[in-house]
Amino acid sequence: MMERVLDASVQARRRDRDVSLGAAFVVMVAFFIIGPFVVYPVFLMKALCFALFACAFNLLIGYVGLISFGHALFFGWASYLTAYAAKTWGLPPELAIGIGTATAAVLGVIAGGLAIRRQGIYFAMITLALSQMMYFFALQAKFTGGEDGIQGVPRGRLFGVFNLANEGTMYVFVLVVVLAGFLLIYRIINSPFGEVLKAIRENEQRTISLGYNTERYKLVAFVLSATLAGLAGSLNSLVFQLASLTDVHWTMSGDVVLMTLLGGLGTVFGPVVGAFLVIAMQNYLAPFGQWVLVIQGAIFVVCVLLFRRGIVGEIAHLLRVQL
Amino acid sequence: MFEIFGIPSQALFGQLLLGLINGSFYALLSLGLAVIFGMLNIINFTHGAQYMMGAFAAYLLLHHLGIGYWEALVVAPIVIGATGVVIERLFLQHLRKLDPLYGLLLTFGLALVIEGLFRNYYGSSGLPYQVPEALQGGRNLGFMFLPNYRAWVIVLSLAVCFATWFAIERTRLGSYLRAATENPVLVRAFGINVPRMVTLTYGFGVGLAALAGVMAAPIYNVSPQMGSDLIIVVFAVVVIGGMGSIMGAIFTGFALGIVEGLTKVFYPEASNTVIFVIMAIVLLIRPAGLFGRGA
Repeated sequence: MMERVLDASVQARRRDRDVSLGAAFVVMVAFFIIGPFVVYPVFLMKALCFALFACAFNLLIGYVGLISFGHALFFGWASYLTAYAAKTWGLPPELAIGIGTATAAVLGVIAGGLAIRRQGIYFAMITLALSQMMYFFALQAKFTGGEDGIQGVPRGRLFGVFNLANEGTMYVFVLVVVLAGFLLIYRIINSPFGEVLKAIRENEQRTISLGYNTERYKLVAFVLSATLAGLAGSLNSLVFQLASLTDVHWTMSGDVVLMTLLGGLGTVFGPVVGAFLVIAMQNYLAPFGQWVLVIQGAIFVVCVLLFRRGIVGEIAHLLRVQL
Repeated sequence: MFEIFGIPSQALFGQLLLGLINGSFYALLSLGLAVIFGMLNIINFTHGAQYMMGAFAAYLLLHHLGIGYWEALVVAPIVIGATGVVIERLFLQHLRKLDPLYGLLLTFGLALVIEGLFRNYYGSSGLPYQVPEALQGGRNLGFMFLPNYRAWVIVLSLAVCFATWFAIERTRLGSYLRAATENPVLVRAFGINVPRMVTLTYGFGVGLAALAGVMAAPIYNVSPQMGSDLIIVVFAVVVIGGMGSIMGAIFTGFALGIVEGLTKVFYPEASNTVIFVIMAIVLLIRPAGLFGRGA
């Protein structure tokens, strides 16, 4: 409806935006296609899973202005359920991922329903506390395997046809799912629903007075974000054939915040760039032990003080385009 | 020896005591968070790391300078509080006009830096810290054994909490503080140096965390990660109590410690999670928190 009354300058700006975003998307996909010939595919798959995770997280912080410090809850529990379904029930990967993702959605309804009852800073503390609670459940529950986690998860055959034990097939599968998730998020933030979310971010009181039930919008956004984070967790558990306590720990929630902040809050490509940088850093700096923690913390401080737009946000600002 | 609800009194009161100890720390830490939040509008994620630094300060003072517990009780909060002043001047003051979430992100980053540095130098295993000589041993109360040090922690924590409450609610300085929380611009117009007050408030809140750390050192081992798990529970305590009231923070801290202790007796599996469950229930019934004003 809105589109029809837009004047020519707005349409021109939209066209510019489509061009810059389209170009960036092509570059990104090209990178993913060439990637496995240059870098170790498991590393790329991990980075792809976290890219989706960070994009899902960005949907909340970047477009609704809600900061969740408990997204490991959805990532980790989806990963547990997928691993359990694939290993113990022997379900094929598409069903195992479906179960994991559905679990994340249900948890999203519960956690989101509780957390949106408070605003701002409390929201962060509530999500953190809820995810810590579920961390303890994961620690104590029998089916999660406690400290050992669920190991040796079979990747299985996708739709009974594609053998995911093959590294190349698995890579294509992960890439397709992650790109689908990425495009879905892009579609959400550019839908009328997404516009309402941005309105809530800018001025919630005003959005309420315009007649929107903002609580419901926030809840739906939260559940979408949780579900997609769960999808990322499910994929990750199949990539590594492992679901463990690391996936539900608060440090994981911190990691995804860092990825999104570093890449650029509220940018389309920022979370992807941030995820690749953070995963690469964790990978290559692993021999330095605890220094990784120090460096990650320092990046937080530097990002907040010096470049709050993040890497992609700064580039977009310099080039005066939307990315 | 007698039994209550089929639980031996020794076990029941023992866990109640442990609950009160935990409650002392919840109260001290959530009090510090509430004081800082009131003035700076920042949730101090570094609080757990600063509590840990307090414990390490006590440990290092003893092992490198031969300074004992009693002196550490005064020196550590001042030293760590001073690092808080530096942090406020270097970082936090630049965030005053921004969305509070940036304060959260920055203090979270600082917490990672501090924890990482301490892990680098001291590893992840705990370091022992002796109970001071004057407080070793304990007394038999007939229905339970009360270690002297634990009694001391509870008494000291209560005293510090009430002193803080008194200072903020009943003194002239406290009234400036509360006024500056409500309307900093107007208070500045009266010639009061609000930015300095903000800096010192942060230092004071950090000092409270460090004091809790010193008190915790002889009970729990001194280890780099002692703060990070605790701070999440304290966040839940703060959500339950709401940060509007000092007394509310103190009461909620102690009460939840006791509830946690009782859970350990009657249903040990849930003792880790009971505070989070209570938080969820409070959010359903009273979203603003027990003592909160608005969301």
